[in-house]
Amino acid sequence: MNPEEIFQDKIDQEIKIEPKDWMPEKYRQTLIRQISQHAHSEIVGMLPEGNWITRAPSLRRKAILIAKVQDEAGHGLYLYSAAETLGISRDEMIEQLHSGKAKYSSIFNYPTITWADMGAIGWLVDGAAIMNQVPLCRNSYGPYARAMVRVCKEESFHQRQGFELLLHLSRGSEIQKRMCQDAINRWWWPSVMMFGPNDDASPHTAQSMKWKIKRFTNDELRQKFVDICAEQVKLLGMTLPDPDLKWNEEKQHYDFGKINWEEFWNVVSGNGPCNKQRLDARKKAWEEGAWVREAAAAYAEKRKSRQNIQAA
Amino acid sequence: MKNELIDFTLYLADNALIIGHRNSEWCGHGPVLEQDIAITNISLDLIGQARNFYQYAAQLINEENTEAKATEDTLAYLRDGWDFKNSLLTEHPNGDWAQTITRQFFFSVYQYYLYQQLQNCSNEQIAAIAIKALKEVTYHVKWSSEWMIRLGDGTEESNSRLKKAIDNLWMFTGELFDLSAYESVIYSAWNIDNDKIKNEWESKVKGILEEATLEIPVNATWHQSGGKTGTHSEHLGFLLAEMQSLQRAYPGNEW
Ligand SMILES: [Fe+2]
Ligand SMILES: [Fe+2]
Repeated sequence: MNPEEIFQDKIDQEIKIEPKDWMPEKYRQTLIRQISQHAHSEIVGMLPEGNWITRAPSLRRKAILIAKVQDEAGHGLYLYSAAETLGISRDEMIEQLHSGKAKYSSIFNYPTITWADMGAIGWLVDGAAIMNQVPLCRNSYGPYARAMVRVCKEESFHQRQGFELLLHLSRGSEIQKRMCQDAINRWWWPSVMMFGPNDDASPHTAQSMKWKIKRFTNDELRQKFVDICAEQVKLLGMTLPDPDLKWNEEKQHYDFGKINWEEFWNVVSGNGPCNKQRLDARKKAWEEGAWVREAAAAYAEKRKSRQNIQAA
Repeated sequence: MKNELIDFTLYLADNALIIGHRNSEWCGHGPVLEQDIAITNISLDLIGQARNFYQYAAQLINEENTEAKATEDTLAYLRDGWDFKNSLLTEHPNGDWAQTITRQFFFSVYQYYLYQQLQNCSNEQIAAIAIKALKEVTYHVKWSSEWMIRLGDGTEESNSRLKKAIDNLWMFTGELFDLSAYESVIYSAWNIDNDKIKNEWESKVKGILEEATLEIPVNATWHQSGGKTGTHSEHLGFLLAEMQSLQRAYPGNEW
């Protein structure tokens, strides 16, 4: 067998590919793109929720929200480390984010306008993320799969907390109910879009499935998500903003309305309500932190040379 | 004594909440991911401590007045600026990383030596909270000390930024050892030695600044005070307006 065949054979037998193993260059590049995009999403995703940390309406909620946003930072960290095993540095990846070469999940280009958005993001956005990510715990690249196991545990916790926040609002005052429905209305379609283009418009799916860095197609995962949310929203006594949402007895799935792909592609390509704001915030943090990173590096260097002198 | 105990407990709670809140403003904006996580962790620890103190204060207040219905949230969200007793240091804005680090360092060292004594005090609840919190505060002191040294002995820029931060914040450190009326009552009842806290604070701060190749500001003879008795800087009003906005906009709702 040639290296390519050995590689595919391992994948077919569900043996994990590890950093030192031979792998096709395209597999490496696809993984770098996918993992770094995922890492960037975690980091940019801290911003819309971070927006409410200072306004969280109770100390308990404040602590939960801070812990959640901090978890996302941790996810970013695991994922950057997993990507680094493929031969790219964290600084290079961050550079690609800032230059616009690397993408992040478009969902974070929507604004968080009310407190209820903290619930809707947990329920729908973390919910959709879990749907995407659980299969990734079994993806063929070892470091990525192991990172995803840790990530998924925390994401399902986030989703439950988000739902609980909305449930609380849904049983509260008129204004709280209104906040709850309004947030669901705004976050529903962007969440449905999180699964990416329809399968017929997703050219890389077949190769990624063969390499087992993707286990289900976008539309399969999206359908699963819609089916679950259509039931859960009833517990909230709220509705999803889709007049075409209807149980289909024959298919044993929910039918749902047309996705606005024009909006999706516009947000992806930079025209979302907060694209500029999010990227500017990331760049600002990075640039303003430059002197701190330089100081830490300079100090570490000084210490090392002092220790060398002592040792000599 | 009961009123002084309530005030002192609120003082401990307000200190922890306000500086914890300030630190949480960094979340998502830190200079590097690991430190974003670290400062957020410290923020979480401090808010956790604040909740413990507020819960105890609420219990005391409700015992005193059966109609009071105080909770941790009424205390954090429904009091006005003049009710807050936190020291001025804790409400000072984040500024750059050097200023945040310096604020944390000055405060954590104070908290550390104060809690050292509180852990043995005759009030069981306060002692229990202090014991639990000391593990966290020990780490805060270590983390902020390491950053003081790193910035002081790092680059020219970091050294001058740190120097500036120390100069800016130094005049707010004296208040920590200026006993308010309620502290005086509690300290003498519990045998808390303020001079000891002050001396330990000074020698720790001096030692770390030396390692950081810096010095205590020389001409600093005057210090600001007022926070402990509710006369705050202009900064606190904005912090509270933001923090309390939902509770104030929708009174009576539960979140
Ligand atoms: Fe995450
Ligand atoms: Fe999450």
